[in-house]
Amino acid sequence: MAASQTLAEQLRAQGVSRRGFLKFCAATASLMALPPSLIPRIAEALEAARRPSVIWLSFQECTGCTESLTRSHAPTLEGLIFEAISLDYHHTLQAASGEAAEAARLQAMRDNAGAYLVVVDGSIPGPEANPGYSTVAGHSNHAILMETVEHAAAVIAVGTCAAFGGLPRAAPNPTGARAVMELVHDKPIVNISGCPPIPMAITGVLAHYLTFGRLPELDAYRRPLAFFGESIHDRCYRRPFYDRGLFAESFDDEGARQGWCLYRLGCKGPTTYNACATQRWNGGTSWPIEAGHPCLGCSEPAFWDAGGFYRAVSVPPRVNAAALLGAGAAGAALGAGTALAARHLTRDEQQHREPVTVEELEKKL
Amino acid sequence: MNGAMEFLLWTKGPMFQIALGIFAVGMLARLFEILLLGRATNHAEARAGEWLPGLRTVFTRTIPDPGTFRRAPFDVLVGWVWHLGFIIVLLLSVPHVELIAGVFGVSWPALPNPVIDLLTAITLAGLVAALLHRLLHPVKRRISIPQDYLVWALTFAVVLTGYLAYHRLVEPYPLALGMHILSAELLLICLPFTKLTHIFTTVFARWYNGAAFGRKGVRS
Repeated sequence: MAASQTLAEQLRAQGVSRRGFLKFCAATASLMALPPSLIPRIAEALEAARRPSVIWLSFQECTGCTESLTRSHAPTLEGLIFEAISLDYHHTLQAASGEAAEAARLQAMRDNAGAYLVVVDGSIPGPEANPGYSTVAGHSNHAILMETVEHAAAVIAVGTCAAFGGLPRAAPNPTGARAVMELVHDKPIVNISGCPPIPMAITGVLAHYLTFGRLPELDAYRRPLAFFGESIHDRCYRRPFYDRGLFAESFDDEGARQGWCLYRLGCKGPTTYNACATQRWNGGTSWPIEAGHPCLGCSEPAFWDAGGFYRAVSVPPRVNAAALLGAGAAGAALGAGTALAARHLTRDEQQHREPVTVEELEKKL
Repeated sequence: MNGAMEFLLWTKGPMFQIALGIFAVGMLARLFEILLLGRATNHAEARAGEWLPGLRTVFTRTIPDPGTFRRAPFDVLVGWVWHLGFIIVLLLSVPHVELIAGVFGVSWPALPNPVIDLLTAITLAGLVAALLHRLLHPVKRRISIPQDYLVWALTFAVVLTGYLAYHRLVEPYPLALGMHILSAELLLICLPFTKLTHIFTTVFARWYNGAAFGRKGVRS
């Protein structure tokens, strides 16, 4: 695909009708919570958009994010839009390898300085960690990241590893894994968390960037509000069961069969912000809670260390019963000791008291 | 970076242990001290038993006599309303039942959330009314010491943060939940060393009262 072709030209070349394209624009507008009046503008902007150069950096990751994007429900309009960017560097997807691959990255950086997007998936061993934990072409992940983002327009951290450190950062974090936003401070960053993230969240952010030339509105964790603005719990179709106090107590009891709330089985829906409940997965087929499994909270920071996937949100990770009993025993001993000492003191005072008569006192005056 | 979530995990993990530990040491120390000290030996001949009148008083003193209600209807009514609301929300909301089940292994049915929500709002209103009364009533204001306000603030903070967390009025949510858990832990830590101890000592105090009167043959 020639980089000079506009998106409209490419879509037409791939047999996408104008009607289909507008449907995609309308879906994008509604996804991003934009008013319908903006649909023509999105269409106009997308049609005229030159394919932005995208450099995709894969660091300490499992390729799940790429799998989610490319294999979930192809071919769809989202897929085509995604192909319509100029993906100039991506380990898994690019044809080139070795020196040629690295040359492609450097070429894209030179040709599009100040305008290219950097997509990162995977966490990065921090500057203080041994650079040998993860390298590409002999360079540490940290060095490649800093070199690549220097002239980038924006950085998109795809997946929980890139956004928050994810699994590699889980205690005891042997590789000193860090999130992108801990290392890059002078560029606009969007976090699209999730393990993996919802494909539409990525295409939605890209469409927004192509349309308006800037990144969408973000939450406290720099995630696009359109996809991470509401908790799983608040949009869950099982929510009425939570409110009525109807819970599945195990994975095969009557409650589970009736589709009741999974809170007691450890659902992290209340603390998790993501669009699974509304977007669903596999082309809108289903999502974890619909399949009967509690939400793991994969789009939240530290989700791996948040204390047991199958323990309710309100339950502490673990209570040291022995220490607690010890503290109780110590308290009891302390109280008993104080009381006995006080009693002893009182008895002592009573035995050794020296009565004084009024006459004796008067004599002293 | 991951501040809010780390804060929540800290309140659920190490801080919860610390709070529970301080509470266990403090509360058992206070209870053992009080119970082992007992009362001064009464050398007078007993006119009646102690146990039954003691136990009866534990219950009868819970309901105010008509005289008290006439003299201070506000205190009786508002006190009852927010205490009941607090206890029901504490023991019968779903996350609390789960917490108790997770820590102590015993569980019971919970109330639906909208009911808990309403009771929380009533409790908050009751606590605000109680504070206003304390500030505006000339006698109450004079007999109040700083600790009274501390105890009020601790109690109010727990209920308020719970309400904020349930309605997601603080962003991000882990921060809201962490604040709620932390305020509950502060309450737990202060409980053995302030007037909050009444949660546990009320029963003994009433029993001592009833027993003392019973021994004299007086109905209390």
